Amino acid sequence: MARTLINVPKAATAGEVVTIKTLISHPMETGFRPGADGRIRPRDIITDFTCLYDGEPVFRAELFPAAAANPYLTFTLRATRTGTLTFTWRGDNGFVQTETATLTVT
Amino acid sequence: MLAALATGSAGAGEIPPAEIPPSEIPPAERRSSFDGMSPDIQAMQRDADANPGLLWLQDGADLWSTAPAPDRPACAGCHGEAATAMRGVAARYPTWDEATAAPIDLQGRINACRRRHQGAEPYAYESRELLGLTAYVAAQSAGLPITTPADARLGSARSAGRALFTRRMGQLGLSCAACHDGNHGRRLGAALIPQGHPTGYPLYRLEWQGLGSVQRRLRNCMTGMRAEPFAYGAPEFVALERYLMDRAAPLPMETPAVRP
Repeated sequence: MARTLINVPKAATAGEVVTIKTLISHPMETGFRPGADGRIRPRDIITDFTCLYDGEPVFRAELFPAAAANPYLTFTLRATRTGTLTFTWRGDNGFVQTETATLTVT
Repeated sequence: MLAALATGSAGAGEIPPAEIPPSEIPPAERRSSFDGMSPDIQAMQRDADANPGLLWLQDGADLWSTAPAPDRPACAGCHGEAATAMRGVAARYPTWDEATAAPIDLQGRINACRRRHQGAEPYAYESRELLGLTAYVAAQSAGLPITTPADARLGSARSAGRALFTRRMGQLGLSCAACHDGNHGRRLGAALIPQGHPTGYPLYRLEWQGLGSVQRRLRNCMTGMRAEPFAYGAPEFVALERYLMDRAAPLPMETPAVRP
């Protein structure tokens, strides 16, 4: 399991635009660099990130080899109801990681 | 023109005498390289959600409380809470190691502790484990001023570190002091030359795309000077670290820092 840091505001008012910040530990190996033995290291990157708000997709990003290691993604969404945010990172070699957080709307 | 060239080449065979400014940076003028960074990278270091060094800190926190073997204590088993037990520790390292009667830095102390008290193999330098644990311990001192222990036994390490800092080395004939004492605040290509204070190690360097120790940084600099870098854990590095920490006091610790 990769390490992640997720910041969701503790509480929001209905209709408020909130900022979500996510950071995940990942080497994002480009597939273009030679290793210590001179061979090209195989590509190992995160290719897709999605955020679901109570099952409904609210943000999605495709990532490519130019993205830096430990990708930091931040985005905004309109808080309408108390619900669960599900973050999923998918990548090469079957990499899948899912984290959840609760957004409380008052 | 020809005459000037001839005169110029006549002296080229001799190594010029070391022209190092003798004065060190006065304490009031010491600046962390944090001040010279772009606002974006400063924000990345400050923001507890964007600083990638915190990912290593999570590893370190786990290792702190995990026993290496069922019959051996975890770090927390002897030291307790890191937040209280390790507060201010990194700000006074490298220090004197009684067992080996030699100076020891924080990474060396962690590995020595593993061997002596946990009966475990030391971690490899620059491994995720050693960097994580070192960063976790050092982060407990974040914000505290670097102090200079008054231990007289560290005197020889201090003077050896100072000598290494001012000694010309490598094919370019540079010394640490040539840039960091004599020309800090000016530019080397596009990069700002910092005063060279190790306030935030282990730190996340964007160029490395990962966390690295002060020794990795020093080896980097030595390669840039076209000198042969000392090996990881070499006594020369411990002496240099001791001198650099004296030279940086009383700047606050910043671990885990972010640098370009």
